[in-house]
Amino acid sequence: MGQTLVEKILSRKCGRYIGAGEIIIVGGLDCVFTHDASGPLVISRLNELGGGIGLDPSRVCVFIDHVVPSPSASISNDYKALKGFALEKGVRFHDQGCGVCHQLIAEYYASPGDIIIGSDSHTTMAGAFGAFATGMGASDVAIALKTGMTWLRVPESMRISVEGRLPKGVFSKDVILKIIGMIGAEGANYKSMEFHGSAIRRMNMEERMTITNMAVEAGAKCGLIPPDEETRKYLEERGRGDKYFKIEPDGDAIYSDEISIEASDLEPMIALPHNVDNVVPVEEVLGKRVDVVFFGSCTNGRMEDFKVIDKIIGGERIDRGVRAIATPASRNVYLQALKAGIIERLASAGVVITPPGCGLCIGVVGGIPADDEVVLSTANRNFLGRAGNPKAHIYLSSPATAAASALYGAITDPREAM
Amino acid sequence: MGSKGRAWKFGDNITTDHITPSRYMHLRSNLFELSKHAFEDIRPEFSSSVKPGDIIVAGRNFGAGSSREHAPIVIKTLGVSAVIAKSFARIFYRNAINIGLPPVICDTSTINDGDLVELDLQEGIVKNLSNKAEVKFKPLPEEIVRILSEGGIVNYVKKHGGLDKF
Repeated sequence: MGQTLVEKILSRKCGRYIGAGEIIIVGGLDCVFTHDASGPLVISRLNELGGGIGLDPSRVCVFIDHVVPSPSASISNDYKALKGFALEKGVRFHDQGCGVCHQLIAEYYASPGDIIIGSDSHTTMAGAFGAFATGMGASDVAIALKTGMTWLRVPESMRISVEGRLPKGVFSKDVILKIIGMIGAEGANYKSMEFHGSAIRRMNMEERMTITNMAVEAGAKCGLIPPDEETRKYLEERGRGDKYFKIEPDGDAIYSDEISIEASDLEPMIALPHNVDNVVPVEEVLGKRVDVVFFGSCTNGRMEDFKVIDKIIGGERIDRGVRAIATPASRNVYLQALKAGIIERLASAGVVITPPGCGLCIGVVGGIPADDEVVLSTANRNFLGRAGNPKAHIYLSSPATAAASALYGAITDPREAM
Repeated sequence: MGSKGRAWKFGDNITTDHITPSRYMHLRSNLFELSKHAFEDIRPEFSSSVKPGDIIVAGRNFGAGSSREHAPIVIKTLGVSAVIAKSFARIFYRNAINIGLPPVICDTSTINDGDLVELDLQEGIVKNLSNKAEVKFKPLPEEIVRILSEGGIVNYVKKHGGLDKF
């Protein structure tokens, strides 16, 4: 019987035929990671299990990304403990300023066919490489660290095909917002979202990551894109070309749902407060006043995004009523944007640049909005209270829509500004 | 396994940010303090008024969002005996079982805020003692009941020596 991509990946790991609905225990995990937000609880769970890790330390990572630089002694004490843990166990440690875990997983670790377990829901992002990557809680991550294994219910798959060419001003963020708006916040609950079609194949890896990053916003267990020449190129540029191989679903694989989207029909989309599936075309909210614009996050804080933002803002002054904050997703992105002159141009345009990390998306540091303020963010969540103030209103869009809106101080169609 | 308590009724799409607002990340090493902020943005009285045994009753997609295990933990820390919802977000569902908080999937439309509710996990029945309505649900699989009755997955693995001993 034909297999979906997730069935193929898990079968390869288990050395036998695996089908949707099965409960499996899988070892040989390629990467298990945690970060500052959940790491202290992971360590405490691991200690309950007797401490010690049962897998190669080079496959384990600890990231400090959610709140950087630390604003308080209690957070710094947690970071000190996490660093101590990483040094003691000999695992990979990425300290404050290195960047968001998912971005660093993409830059340094993820490869086709991998199984990646992270204590963060957006772990799904590494599915852009054709890796099975999923978020779990602290207990599951601690057990994976201790035993080198995890248990999974093999998910059914939803096949999403995006064919054709995206119109000018429409980006991968608009594609995934459109899909989440169509199927809803639990439209892919428990499932694997598999993305196909010429529009997906035309996207580079950075654009694809935006899509798999947000698969979890439809409830998905993973979001997968079959590896191809773009994947090979990305890996080769980062010294991991030897990790590339092709893995794809069978032509007769069985899907629980199939969705087809014509790329040329798409337009810029925006998620309204306070749910990610509350999606409408940007056209419907044009002119809405914006107080804060956030450029960043694991969803849209990459070089590709900064190029688009730079193209729209250039050296022009952003609207004086807007506070715009740019947070590169990693130090590598920061340095690339710096060398390209983008950081300088954004700073002269009036944008505040903050250190690589999660920034305003998590809302502990980095420009918390005031009551009743409207935030337009390139991140992945607009839940009530998300940017640190439950009285603020968060909208989600592509970097292009956010940049055009920062220039004019109101929600603006990026096609007008490009 | 079962419990009895007052229903705290919530709607659809209750997120992990409603349960444990992200801005309190600095309290994540202090679960007791963190639990004081549970549902603060939508029901500020929750943490001070909830009684041991009370049951959270919700609509669709309860626990959407983050993988933070802190979300079911604060609910359990406050003494809530179970969460009943029309459906759960995947990670929350798994985390709840892992920490020993029973998640029950059933129709919750006949339960109102404040109703006295009795839950029988083995029989798969929710009795609303306030309006006499009864709702049946598919009982939880035996493995899940075992994890719950042993206080969560970490205790389970400690006791049985590994994941492959199910």
